[in-house]
Amino acid sequence: MLTPEEQREIEVEAAHYPVRRAACIDALRVVQKHRGWVSDEAVRDIAEFLETSAEDIDSVATFYNLIHRKPVGRHVIMVCDSVSCWVMGYDKMREHLKTRLGVEMGQTTGDGRFTLLPVVCLGACDRAPTMIVDGQLHANLDPPKIDEILERYK
Amino acid sequence: METPLTAKIRPDGEVIDLAAYERAGGYQAARKAMQMAPAEIVDQVKKSGLRGRGGAGFPTGQKWSFVPSGPDAPRPKYLVANGDEMEPGTFKDRVLLEGDPHELIEGMIIAARAIDAERGYVFLRGEYTDAGERIERALHEAASKGYLGKDIFGSGADFDLRLHMSGGRYMCGEETGLLNALEGKRANPRAKPPFPQVSGLFGKPTIVQNIETLCNIPHIVEKGPEWFQKLSLTGDAGTKLYGASGKVKKPGCWELPMGTTMRELLEKHAGGMQDGLKFRGALPGGASTDFLTADHLDVPMDFTEVAKVGSRLGTGTMIVLDDKTCPVGMVYNLEHFFAQESCGWCTPCWSGLHWAEEILASIEAGRGSMEDLAKLEHICKMVGPGNTFCALAPGAAEPLQSGLKYFREDFERHIREKRCPWRDGR
Amino acid sequence: MTRIFVDKKPYEINPKQNLLEACLGHGLDLPYFCWHPALGSVGACRQCAVKVYRDEKDARGRIMMACMTVPTPDMIVSIDDPEVRDFRAGVIEGLMMNHPHDCPVCDEGGQCHLQDMTVMSGHNYRHYEFEKRTFRNQYLGPLLNHEMNRCIQCYRCTRFYNEYAGGEDFGPLKLRNLVYFGRAEDGVLENEFSGNLDEVCPTGVFTDKTAKQHYTRKWDLTFAPSVCPHCALGCNISPAERYGTLRRVVNRYNSQINGYFLCDRGRFGYEHVNSQQRIRSARARQDAKFAEIPKADALDRFSSLAAAGKMIGIGSPRASLEANFALRSLVGAENFYAGVSDGEYGLLGEMLGILRQGPAPATLRQLEHADAAFVLGEDVTSVAPRMALTLRQTVRQVFLEKAEKMGVPRWQDHAVRELAQKDHGPLFIASPYATRLDDVASATYRAAPDDIARLGFAVAHILDASSPDVPSLPADVRAQAESIAAKLQAAARPAVVSGVSTGNAAVIRAAADVARALAKAGKPVAFLLTMEEANSLGLAMLGPKPLGQALEAAKGGQIQTTVILENDLYRRAPAAAIDAFLGAAGHVVVLDSLETRTTEKAELVLPATPFAEADGTLVSSEGRAQRFFRVYPPAGDIQDSWRWLRDILGLLTRPEGLSWQNLDNVVEAVARAFPALERIRDAAPGSGFRIAGAKIPRAPHRFSGRTSMLANIQVSEPKPPEDPDSPLSFTMEGAPVEPPAALQPFFWTGGWNSIQSLNKFQEEIAGPLRGGDPGVRLFETAAGSAAGYLNTVPAAFAPRQGEWLVVPRHHIFGSEELSARAPAIAELSPKPYVALGAEDAAALGAAEGSPVEVKLDGAAARLPLRIEPGLPRGVAALPAGLGPLDGFTLPIWGRIEVTR
Repeated sequence: MLTPEEQREIEVEAAHYPVRRAACIDALRVVQKHRGWVSDEAVRDIAEFLETSAEDIDSVATFYNLIHRKPVGRHVIMVCDSVSCWVMGYDKMREHLKTRLGVEMGQTTGDGRFTLLPVVCLGACDRAPTMIVDGQLHANLDPPKIDEILERYK
Repeated sequence: METPLTAKIRPDGEVIDLAAYERAGGYQAARKAMQMAPAEIVDQVKKSGLRGRGGAGFPTGQKWSFVPSGPDAPRPKYLVANGDEMEPGTFKDRVLLEGDPHELIEGMIIAARAIDAERGYVFLRGEYTDAGERIERALHEAASKGYLGKDIFGSGADFDLRLHMSGGRYMCGEETGLLNALEGKRANPRAKPPFPQVSGLFGKPTIVQNIETLCNIPHIVEKGPEWFQKLSLTGDAGTKLYGASGKVKKPGCWELPMGTTMRELLEKHAGGMQDGLKFRGALPGGASTDFLTADHLDVPMDFTEVAKVGSRLGTGTMIVLDDKTCPVGMVYNLEHFFAQESCGWCTPCWSGLHWAEEILASIEAGRGSMEDLAKLEHICKMVGPGNTFCALAPGAAEPLQSGLKYFREDFERHIREKRCPWRDGR
Repeated sequence: MTRIFVDKKPYEINPKQNLLEACLGHGLDLPYFCWHPALGSVGACRQCAVKVYRDEKDARGRIMMACMTVPTPDMIVSIDDPEVRDFRAGVIEGLMMNHPHDCPVCDEGGQCHLQDMTVMSGHNYRHYEFEKRTFRNQYLGPLLNHEMNRCIQCYRCTRFYNEYAGGEDFGPLKLRNLVYFGRAEDGVLENEFSGNLDEVCPTGVFTDKTAKQHYTRKWDLTFAPSVCPHCALGCNISPAERYGTLRRVVNRYNSQINGYFLCDRGRFGYEHVNSQQRIRSARARQDAKFAEIPKADALDRFSSLAAAGKMIGIGSPRASLEANFALRSLVGAENFYAGVSDGEYGLLGEMLGILRQGPAPATLRQLEHADAAFVLGEDVTSVAPRMALTLRQTVRQVFLEKAEKMGVPRWQDHAVRELAQKDHGPLFIASPYATRLDDVASATYRAAPDDIARLGFAVAHILDASSPDVPSLPADVRAQAESIAAKLQAAARPAVVSGVSTGNAAVIRAAADVARALAKAGKPVAFLLTMEEANSLGLAMLGPKPLGQALEAAKGGQIQTTVILENDLYRRAPAAAIDAFLGAAGHVVVLDSLETRTTEKAELVLPATPFAEADGTLVSSEGRAQRFFRVYPPAGDIQDSWRWLRDILGLLTRPEGLSWQNLDNVVEAVARAFPALERIRDAAPGSGFRIAGAKIPRAPHRFSGRTSMLANIQVSEPKPPEDPDSPLSFTMEGAPVEPPAALQPFFWTGGWNSIQSLNKFQEEIAGPLRGGDPGVRLFETAAGSAAGYLNTVPAAFAPRQGEWLVVPRHHIFGSEELSARAPAIAELSPKPYVALGAEDAAALGAAEGSPVEVKLDGAAARLPLRIEPGLPRGVAALPAGLGPLDGFTLPIWGRIEVTR
């Protein structure tokens, strides 16, 4: 079941398009905003709400990188692994995060606090290396700065 | 030196709101444009010589002229701003989006009038959260003043402009992939012809335009094509947001006359290489451009000149390779990106880029063989322009083929020594 | 026509086709995957790459995808250029990267388009040495197997399933080299045309699950040109056999009917031929018991019965013309009865009358090209399934034309679909309940059958005021009629579809009036009537008497012997009436292939051949007479019904006993006796036809094991069975040349082992087969413009207190007698139910699934209630052809009570 709030927000987006079903990606983002990720059930609910099939919604959901089809922790860390960040030290940042959090890329910490994922170029290449946490950009990273940033996310 | 695109951007990083934008002269061009005939605006833009700043460099006015006009044109017509800046190494549209969203909105209002579009979208990559918030606020500001919505500026014309945040995929930056994403579908590209001007968003006439390109429009309308041409140093008009990333002293983004040389960007604005490092090469305009080397430092960075030396201006933001960074690793990183972002529609891309990534990984890990280089060259041939459905894979081939050309010795060392010789040095 | 040059040779081509079609049409071997003649081009796979040169001086040329290229006059093209050859081999290499080495165990092997194109490309060495991506497979139902590791990401499956067939529960997931085609979760694929994925998929991702139970390689199968027996459309099929069992059914192209696709009932309904319930020997009833008796004894018994006194015959809408005619000859025209319900008899009479006067029935191909369609009373998907797939394409015509005017070629599929968005051309469906085509209907009208008829008459009257008006039509219905009439009038090629779905003759008459009004206005109207069974129309054309008269005659005790041909009479009239009839009908003789309620009551049962073991002529609802040929000779004493009857005639010293040596003789007899059926002679060449003195082989020339396959029974090679009835041989021996289309058992040619070989047998890609598609149309002349109107507008439907009008509801799986006996189809068939609209159900105090008592004319049954959206008040529905009340002719008034 989509919550009334989710339905309201999706309706706002759907009004932007001449075709209701075009709000597919917006709907996925809305649900993910509220729940952190999009479950199979949520896919079915969105499908029903947009008057299409679950397969139609999931064919879109599984295509896009920012839509999580598996559960995530309370906070999602996406560390940029593209070329400029790589030149400026991505490997080191990645290893530090893996060690600090005790997870591999793609995993969630045991306490459900962080999920660690790679992401493609964040468009802040002059401030590399970078990452986003819960959608917020953090740039000019080094291990101490990473530690300090992680502290802010409980 | 005039820097019209970035002139109103606040140095403290805060966004300039509508009131301040107008105090600084904003929305005057829009008012002027609402008094002009659409064909007149197109003409001005054509004369200005503005070329698309998204990477393809297509003449903007000419692009607009293909939109069917007149009472029989299919409706509604759409104007879409391509804010899907995901080309690795590219960060210039972010500067405009976060700093001066009203410049984009004003540019879109004028462009919409030029093609007689009544609906528009700002398609923004999902990761640009701050820009999204700022654009949303700016849209509200503009709408409340009657600059967007119905009967804008009392002109009788409508322009409904909305923000769409993407689901996150490089293919959304390709204009037809963007249209499919905006329709809520998988961002596979579409065949052209028919071009978006004929069948675009929801099958209607559409123009998809880069952010930086649109931001130029108010200035061209306000100050005229001749002024715009005088801003540049070469045959390609206007200014350009250039950038540099990598191990330079001052990575950043600067608005400079079109045609500024690579040397000036590198040495003057980016402060030169970091101490102890030498310039080995650069991708002049983002990940999908061919490497240039120290031999090319004096090339003026415009569409024509860079093409003459076998590369592309692309987005104009360069990625610098220093002499202590492994070129093979860099190429591997790039191909990993492209392989990952392949939409999976056409065979040479989804199969070839994956294969290239695997080969590069094995070379980088010291498990490569000399035959691998021939295989990589074969893959580059397979994904040549026209062989694939869209430009993603040919773009992926650019750093790969030029990397093999300019850094072949490094590849061969990896293979002979069965290791990456740079790993210790990094 | 336009001229282009391919590898320096000139070719005349149709410029409306793309360059790939143009090349293939000339027999040039240009490989491809994602293009499909019915699905158009999307340019995804990059396999069909050719070189195109600017002019003669251009030595380099440019690689372009032929499927996406518009051929221009004097275009210079090369297929053989080394660079583009290498490129095409490189594409195969890319596709093969992840492909498993499954060929030896893959069902597709030997008929695999990927195999063929790989060989054609010359690529033969794996340079990729990394891991292949693998997937978990899904359960997709009893019809199709899923093996995703084999996928080459050509997107044909989703384009057919979602875009062409309108399916929703399927699609692509993920991206890059990990694209997965499947459902949101395991489960039965809902679309009734899912089986076509087997032929549409160029590799072995989707394969026939029923065939897998008794798998045989294509080269080891024996095929025959046959006609699907499971509805009246007459789709052409190629059933295939090995070791005496029917292994599978594949599509046999006929551009006028089924084209490239079959429905799932036709593709998977064949298993009744292999059923344990097959009657494999004659049997006679001795007191209460049955005993198997040899053929000679059976014939003796029958002939003594036949000589004893009045004998009547009940024909069959699923038996061939020849079988029915043989029975009619045996019992005499005045004793020959239709083996259909009296209600259906009435409908067939109406339809036959209408088709004779015109308009002539249209082909499915014509329907596909109509630009507006009015479906009156039909649930097309359930009663004439392949027609529903056609109607989905009909609604695209308007946009295909629009796109073409905008410079977008029709074959550029995704561009056309993008321009159309979700719009579609005018399609109006009037039915008592929701239909599976409603999602592409412009408007629907739900009403009782008489009201549906009234809508039709109203439309006809608006089109032509000289046709009868409909008094007291509610305003909203009149508005709807006006809207429909306007769209039909504005169309260049309107279509009208009606038929047997509602069981109501007025509906059919109304549809005829609409079609005639359009014909009078000079429109080339496509008029189609659905019918129940494969030879319903053929049987009607033999002029049988209604079954009810036979039931009456039996009451008088005048009948000594009743011969029932391939028919379960319990499907034709209420059980009580048939019980009484069989009790009073004297000696009951039944010829059939499967045990039925009727064979259980028979005194003498003769084993008749099912379609796969028989030859004969069927007349489809289009009035197309088509010959079907047996795949393999029947075993033991099983023989064609007409042969049994010929044998009896012989024992009775009737001349047919001697003159009917083979099928041709009977065909000739039918043609002479019925001028309207004269042209059935031309349905296929006669048994004497030869090519260069040789017969036409049913088996491919690679057929293996012929001489040794029965060595366990008898070590010396048996003489191959002979086929006196056709120019076909039962082996691979024969003329290795393309036979006439009506005699073509399978499609195969050098280098093209898969169904794509079809390209080589058509005059033009997606056009008719060379020499013309099989079948002869028996109704051709009447345009219908001169025909009068049928002045019988029924009164408006009036619901009754305490009673419901029970209408039939057909099901693609379950309503048809034979296919329902195939296990996979049975699994998909609904359990018997009775349906009411939501309001009526609520008023009755019953919920979905509640047991209710249905009482029809003295019979009663307890059935679960199904809520059927759209059913009008006062109307109920029973599933046609299944359930304890299946003998009743519907519609009929009945009572429905909640059981306490």
